[in-house]
Amino acid sequence: MNVSYRWLSDYIDLSGISAEQLAEMMTRGGIEIDSVPSRNAGVSGVVVGYVKTREKHPDADKLSVCTIDAGTGEDLQIVCGAANIGADMKVPVAMVGAKLPGGMDIKRAKLRGVESQGMICSARELGINDKLLPKEQQEGILILPPDTEIGRDILDVLALNDSILELDLTPNRSDCLSMLGVAYEVAALTGRPLKLPEPEKELYPTQDRTSDHISVTISATEQCSLYTARYIKGVTIAAAPQWIQNRLIAAGIRPINNIVDITNYVMLEYGQPLHAFDAAKISGGRIEVRLAKPGEVLVTLDDQERKLEPQMLVIADAEKAIALAGVMGGANSEVTSETTDIVLESAKFDGGTVRRTSRQLGLRSEASARFEKEVDPGRVRSALDRAASLIARYGAGLVTESVAEAEVSSPDPVKVELTLNRVNGMLGTELSSLEIKTILSRLQFAAEIDRDGVWTVTVPSRRGDITRDVDLVEEVARLHGYDEIPTTLIEGPTTAGALTKSQAIRRELRSVLTGAGLQEAVCYSVTSVQRTSLFKELSGNSKPIALAMPMSEERSVLRTALLPSLLEAAAYNLTRKNNDLALMEIGNVYHSDEEVLTRLPHEKPRAALLLTGNRRSAGWNRSAEPVDFYDAKGILEKVFERLGMAGRVAYEAARPEGFHPGRTAAITIRTERGTETIGYVGQLHPELQRDFDLADTYVAEVELASIYEYADSHIEYRTLPRYPAIERDIAVVVDRGTAGGALTDAIVASAGQLLESVNVFDVYTGERIGADKKSVALALVYRHAERTLTDEEVTETHARVLAQLEQSFGAELRK
Amino acid sequence: MKERLEALRKEALEQLQGVADAAALNDLRVQYLGKKGQLTEILRGMGGLSAEERPIIGQVGNDVRAAIEAVIGEKQEGFDRAATAHRLQAETIDVTLPGKSVNSGSVHPLNKVAQEIEDIFIGMGYTIAEGPEVETDFFNFEALNLPKNHPARDMQDSFYITDEILLRTHTSPVQIRTMKAMNGKTPVKVICPGKVYRRDDDDATHSFMFHQIEGLVIGPNIRMSDLKGTLLQFVQEMYGPQMQIRLRPSFFPFTEPSAEVDVTCAQCGGSGCRMCKHTGWIEILGCGMVHPKVLEHGGYDPKEVTGFAFGMGVERIALLKYDIDDIRHFYANDTKFLSQFAKL
Repeated sequence: MNVSYRWLSDYIDLSGISAEQLAEMMTRGGIEIDSVPSRNAGVSGVVVGYVKTREKHPDADKLSVCTIDAGTGEDLQIVCGAANIGADMKVPVAMVGAKLPGGMDIKRAKLRGVESQGMICSARELGINDKLLPKEQQEGILILPPDTEIGRDILDVLALNDSILELDLTPNRSDCLSMLGVAYEVAALTGRPLKLPEPEKELYPTQDRTSDHISVTISATEQCSLYTARYIKGVTIAAAPQWIQNRLIAAGIRPINNIVDITNYVMLEYGQPLHAFDAAKISGGRIEVRLAKPGEVLVTLDDQERKLEPQMLVIADAEKAIALAGVMGGANSEVTSETTDIVLESAKFDGGTVRRTSRQLGLRSEASARFEKEVDPGRVRSALDRAASLIARYGAGLVTESVAEAEVSSPDPVKVELTLNRVNGMLGTELSSLEIKTILSRLQFAAEIDRDGVWTVTVPSRRGDITRDVDLVEEVARLHGYDEIPTTLIEGPTTAGALTKSQAIRRELRSVLTGAGLQEAVCYSVTSVQRTSLFKELSGNSKPIALAMPMSEERSVLRTALLPSLLEAAAYNLTRKNNDLALMEIGNVYHSDEEVLTRLPHEKPRAALLLTGNRRSAGWNRSAEPVDFYDAKGILEKVFERLGMAGRVAYEAARPEGFHPGRTAAITIRTERGTETIGYVGQLHPELQRDFDLADTYVAEVELASIYEYADSHIEYRTLPRYPAIERDIAVVVDRGTAGGALTDAIVASAGQLLESVNVFDVYTGERIGADKKSVALALVYRHAERTLTDEEVTETHARVLAQLEQSFGAELRK
Repeated sequence: MKERLEALRKEALEQLQGVADAAALNDLRVQYLGKKGQLTEILRGMGGLSAEERPIIGQVGNDVRAAIEAVIGEKQEGFDRAATAHRLQAETIDVTLPGKSVNSGSVHPLNKVAQEIEDIFIGMGYTIAEGPEVETDFFNFEALNLPKNHPARDMQDSFYITDEILLRTHTSPVQIRTMKAMNGKTPVKVICPGKVYRRDDDDATHSFMFHQIEGLVIGPNIRMSDLKGTLLQFVQEMYGPQMQIRLRPSFFPFTEPSAEVDVTCAQCGGSGCRMCKHTGWIEILGCGMVHPKVLEHGGYDPKEVTGFAFGMGVERIALLKYDIDDIRHFYANDTKFLSQFAKL
């Protein structure tokens, strides 16, 4: 809502309060003002001129030479280039010395050899938003009404000495979608009295009664509670008076003709949308408010054919729909230049009905925006009378006697109880009864207090947002001033703040991963359908969960795995020449086995990482080292070690989709339920690498649920070893396919208590041991906690280990 | 014999005077003091001396040995020092060349800011509650006093999956879930961080996915003044003790009274600058007293308890904190962006 400061001054004395001060006051009071643009964009020295004569320029086809009376006593000669200039017109004339927006100074000039003493201006040259003007006025100069006074300052004529308050209204304050509503608000803020417009009681009565011409019925009683209409005869369709047009333009509404402009003017003033029908086009002299019939069609004022649906509310005559109630009129009953009699409508339509219809048809209008938020039922009749009296005055029409109306129900006034304790208890203030009474009276809310100190407040119908005591508490608080509310600390028992276990683990995980050199990414939770099919095992056979109305195909379904997001992030980085990447994300994936959701999907917390390029970039003293599988695995090992889970976790060769079949491990965890796969680590499948333009890329993705369950912060201290260890290194030759992990597992199992640790320190393949063989070198450390081991004990244990390796893997000791 | 010893001393000391390096010094040591050296040679003749002479000559022999050893020691020390100095000289490196870099990771700025906010509230006695990102219409809207077709739903254009299930448009449904889980008990004191989604066209200041942190306190006597006190404490811990807050009346369906909260512009300290559009204030969050209908939906009697709630956008706080020019940077995950946050 754009509010003209000058127009607002009609209803309340604003002297001593500038537009900017008023904006600040309103913003602090809860009606946010976005900005306060001046309507004068820098115009001075422009007056109304009369074009006495217009001749063609002798040397230029497109120029005219005009003689202008600008009220100075002597005629001016002005050269003008506009096509729409003609003799006997009133136009804005920038005199020599005038200033126009954009720093333009008007000087005496010669145009193609003809002297020009000023300039005739277009609306745009005067800094007016000419999109609201008729097309011919946009292209040419601004033509003023013939009765405009010659010599008058254009700033007065067009009411440009004004500022606009641009209201950014919250949905509850639709009362401020009207000048009167804003005036009430300003009156409450300033404590100044209101001057409300009085619709004229005598509306130029005629012999006719409205009922002679039109009758009104409401069939859709749920959707319309009150419908009123007046009949106005013998109107002359013409331009509205300049002051009405000025105010419409100030509010951002296009002037059309006197009838339409007056209905819009009253809508702005009262917040009540009105509609005018051409009475001659209403069949049967009756208006019915009803729901649309199956298959019914209406061509709306914008010449669009609308297929109506049965829950849409229409205004109909005896035969057909003539308007979409509260949304837009029908072309079949439109007021045109031939119109002589009109039916003027003012009604209360159900907000939800209007909202649904306007959404369904994609038709939003100033009217629907107001109906949606429920218009004030108390202003339906007064707005009708106000418009009728303006039409009578400016449209030369005769208003017939009485109103045709149908009313389903008239709402009872809302009464809300409030106590002083409630106000002070909620706000932490120490307001007195008198202070509250003063605030309520500034709001013009009637209030009575009973013996127990309970206020009964009667809420005016214009404030439909106030239904409960807390709504009144807010009114008191905002008018008292939020700044006046004290600053206190919560009373009552103290509480201990803490992270839950899973939150603490998630933070620890984040810290280990970033400590390992990974950069944390945050990716979108939505992706394309295609992306959800890249890693079948990670997506767990989930059906893609699709958004009903996605913004794009790329972001149309919820992600079922994290890795596709990291691949996208990696691909993006490569285009930015960031080639060495170590990325990770901790986030949710969304799984469901339902085609159409009937319950919420499983949101599974996960962590994923991606490594590509070099582990370290080359420096002056070292060469670059590309990342490999064991970088990714090493990070995971560190994670599980840090979370106290290393003993539960194992890695087995696996071939999940999207991964390199020979370079991928399933990550398993031992639980009470058995061994569970919680994720995968491996190289990205070369085909995927190619699709994303990635070099060799290593990735991992793991479920966090079991990590949250099994992470163990318990530290069991062991006394430091007091007896020396004995270290034995061995190298065994085994089949190339033998898993190193299986060797170490077998060693641990066969060596027993004395083995302290076993470490692979070399793996060799080469011709010397045969193409299908490999040599694995292991360091075994033996130690007894309570005494020094003897050589014999170690030799015996070691022999057992070697025998086991030979038996299980055909391992030969390499000499 | 004594003369011979004295002569040896003189000769040895003269020889040592001119010695040039450690090797020559060692040769001289062997020559004079070694097992087959000249001193030993002379002293071997002591067998022929009388009992009276022997201690005297022995003493002289010891003196000579000590004198020679002392000079050798001195010389040796000098040569060692020179050798060390020479080695150190040879080992000199260019300390201005860059070191071997250690890869450093970085926490995403949004999580960095969120953790900071969480920690402040944990310090104030709050716990952290979380809820699903895919929500029911009931929890996301209806229970928060936003019935179907309520005009206020326009404030939040939503991504629906079915008519009843959608991506949550705010973290407020966690309020309802928390209240229900508390089963009527007080005090409730939680913050709820998380991702939220709105149908907004992405631009420099809007993202269809973003992060919120919501706060909720419910108790028998919670006042709006407590809300002000809580937010002031938060803002001062987050931005510094010089910061002030300002509440402006506003509207949220789930709070009444409602307010928007401005904080002193950190850029200019309140004197007005480009960042705060010359107002001295920056809007950072919305808040209010929990609406009675919301309390009822959560299983509380609004006559018995009151509460306050507040919510802030993590992106907005991070944009302001680091003066970042475009919200989309948070989701592009350009490592040149991410690496800038690898600090305390």
